[in-house]
Amino acid sequence: MANFVVQFLNGLAGASSLFLVAAGLSLIFGVSRIVNFAHGSLYMLGMYLAWSLTEAFGRGSAFGFWGAVVVAALGVGLAGAAIEVLVLRRIYRAPEMFQLLATFALVLVLKDAALRFWGAEDLLGPRAPGLRGAVDVLGLRVPEYDLFLTAVGPAVLFLLWLLVNRTRFGTLLRASSENRDMVSALGVDQAKLFTAVFFLGSLLAGLGGALQLPREPAQLAIDLPIIADAFVVVVVGGMGSIGGAFVAALLIAEAKAMCIALGDVEILGAVVSFSKLTLAVEFVVMAVVLVLRPWGLAGRPPVSVEGQGAAAPPLAPPGMLFWPTAGLALMAVAFAPLGGDGYALVLLIDISVFALFAVSLHVLMGPAGLVSFGHAAYFGLGAYSAALVFLKLGWPFPAALAAAFAGGGVFALLFGWFCVRLSGVYLAMLTLAFAQIAWSVVHQWDEFTGGSNGLIGVWPPEALKDRTLFFWAVLAPCAAGIGLMWRVVHAPFGLALRAARDNELRAAAIGIDARKIRWIAFAAAGALAGLAGGLFAFSKGSVSPEAMGVARSVDGLVMVLLGGVNTLAGAVAGAAGFTLLQDELARSTDYWRAALGATILALVLAFPEGIVGAFKRGGRRAGSVR
Amino acid sequence: MSLFAVDGLSKSFGGVRAVREVGFGLDAGEMLALIGPNGAGKSTCFNVLTGQLAPDVGRVTFDGHAITGLSPQAIWRLGIGRTFQIAATFRSLTVRENVETALLSRAGGLRGFWRPAAGRVGAQAGALLARVGIAGLSARVCGTLAYGDLKRVELALALAGQPRLLLMDEPTAGMAPAERRALMALVASLARAEKIAVLFTEHDMEAVFSHADRVIVLDRGAKIAEGPPAAIRADARVRAVYLGKDAVEPRR
Repeated sequence: MANFVVQFLNGLAGASSLFLVAAGLSLIFGVSRIVNFAHGSLYMLGMYLAWSLTEAFGRGSAFGFWGAVVVAALGVGLAGAAIEVLVLRRIYRAPEMFQLLATFALVLVLKDAALRFWGAEDLLGPRAPGLRGAVDVLGLRVPEYDLFLTAVGPAVLFLLWLLVNRTRFGTLLRASSENRDMVSALGVDQAKLFTAVFFLGSLLAGLGGALQLPREPAQLAIDLPIIADAFVVVVVGGMGSIGGAFVAALLIAEAKAMCIALGDVEILGAVVSFSKLTLAVEFVVMAVVLVLRPWGLAGRPPVSVEGQGAAAPPLAPPGMLFWPTAGLALMAVAFAPLGGDGYALVLLIDISVFALFAVSLHVLMGPAGLVSFGHAAYFGLGAYSAALVFLKLGWPFPAALAAAFAGGGVFALLFGWFCVRLSGVYLAMLTLAFAQIAWSVVHQWDEFTGGSNGLIGVWPPEALKDRTLFFWAVLAPCAAGIGLMWRVVHAPFGLALRAARDNELRAAAIGIDARKIRWIAFAAAGALAGLAGGLFAFSKGSVSPEAMGVARSVDGLVMVLLGGVNTLAGAVAGAAGFTLLQDELARSTDYWRAALGATILALVLAFPEGIVGAFKRGGRRAGSVR
Repeated sequence: MSLFAVDGLSKSFGGVRAVREVGFGLDAGEMLALIGPNGAGKSTCFNVLTGQLAPDVGRVTFDGHAITGLSPQAIWRLGIGRTFQIAATFRSLTVRENVETALLSRAGGLRGFWRPAAGRVGAQAGALLARVGIAGLSARVCGTLAYGDLKRVELALALAGQPRLLLMDEPTAGMAPAERRALMALVASLARAEKIAVLFTEHDMEAVFSHADRVIVLDRGAKIAEGPPAAIRADARVRAVYLGKDAVEPRR
């Protein structure tokens, strides 16, 4: 019993920091409609800043810690405001996807900046002066600091409530999240309002990070797990609802805490280790809430935006030269390694695998209109499926690839059932949350998946020892998969997908069940991503959780967006370009992430309508001269 | 019994009784207009009839099937086509692809994953586009069309399902007068030629009085008059509702 009470209190403390981050994210989204991927990085920055400031102000003194927390939060707030002014303000009119891409580029830049300033080692934080002791609760000791954190959440909730409901600034916030253009037409300086909101939201993230420092060391890897957690909280609570975020944070943190409290329990003779199910529980909570209330506990369905924004260009039927050209290109790629060195082969294999991965994502993002932030989950699950049946069951290479295909497909079918119920950013966040959960399970399940080390010894058979032969063995299924997707997009099924994307109501009125066909597309894309993952595992000889990390999902997004979201060939070109660029950067600098992020930022800022959009405009101008 | 039968329909939002005990029938080939001043309950009534809203009380049946609570797909399958107040088409598809999608859907052909969609129902699509008078636009992308043409594309989408009942929410809203007349004449001729029952809401009285066979007038949620256009035109209560009481009954 005492154990439960202690875990309950622990859960409350966890809920507070979760709430701080999610509230900031929700606030920023509510007003600017930007899902700030870099929000977790701001949290990380809050931790590091608080650490350095405590060192500077003196570790032992009360001012040293509490002063550091306040200054770090303000500093992160200013950093957020600076990001808004320098980057995001320039792309408010750009497509939503490019805004996301820009914020993800910031994640990369901030991570390498932290690496440069604070190094790769975890930095142990100070204990909070004045709250070092522990309180006796039913014979067990609960840290005073946890009790303090428990109070922080409701206190911040109350202050935010006052701010939103009782001040002029709050009125503007609410008005802006209802109708931005109207607020602007009434003479409110939007630029200032947005900067202020970014300051406030970032400050909350920084505060959350700084306050977490006595419980957890400052670390580089915290950014993505935090943003994924915050996404789950915001989706469960309802986008834009601060009260909802609070309840959701409480629900999730308590569900996890109760799992830890239960520990190992014997159920029907089998021992179930609940403490290892904390991540699964997050999933279950989210799943239950989304089935009962698709827009979250306190959320409202988003206003339908059909008929707004730019329509996707029509899909032209293939010209006379399409198949000959595609065939020649494939031949050229197939025979390219004969003249090159071994390294070129490695790159070609990577490009083939990622082209298949990117095309499978393109089908979701383009024709189906489903933006996935977590497509790497199916890539990774495919890779693990292949590796596991190969290593544990001794299945041969082709059978293992079939398992990869099936593995990606089955999980996409499962997760997709939930995902296709949502749309837009809700959908994007949910896909990311699923990917993060899958990653965490793979990462934690040492006995089965090898944990963070992954699985090794996944080599292709003797007959394919020659790397050129192996390349062909990779290229063939990749080309087949891409060709299959091409056929599907041009087949009636693809037509139905595009119709449902353009106008769901109209599609329903001519008998198209949008949810069902999207689910099928989601599963098919997952299966092909799984196949790509299986090939990836055999090409590297191993799999690790990185295969399905958020970073890989975003790689896919970058490939698709750089190549142009509406063309399948664009995804292939994007995959090739991105793989080569990443390889080049990784070889020339230790800070390749930052270099990649800076490149993406530069591209997005230079071509806010998308690179392909810019080309198209140029092309049309040239065409009109003719 | 009528093809489309509406019986004792009521719907409230909080304390507001948007529709009160409305009932009527509609037969094949007949054009029925649902009119009323702003706030009379036309839109609510229409949304209940299309199955989008569930009524508090009452039944809506089509060919003997109760349609309340059915999914839009199931309603379409029964043979009910509809158009929206703001023309809803697939804007990134060409006019031809729009119609082909609807035709393929009718033929159960949207599940094809391999053979290209283009040209499968080409002849039918061409005929349908010619019927609604936009054959010349078939290669244009819907997003680039003028609004009047979009309305015709939408009509073609609704007709592609070979409906026996067509529900049209303000079919001429947002169109120029000449386009309105042409569209209503087209709908009327199709309805008569193919025995399609048509129910439409409308603000434009000219469209109502020149094409409807029968008119129902709603005011504050209730049906206040029903009959042929000439009778409705002469009805004192209808005039009172539209023109104000004083205009009809001068103060003594």
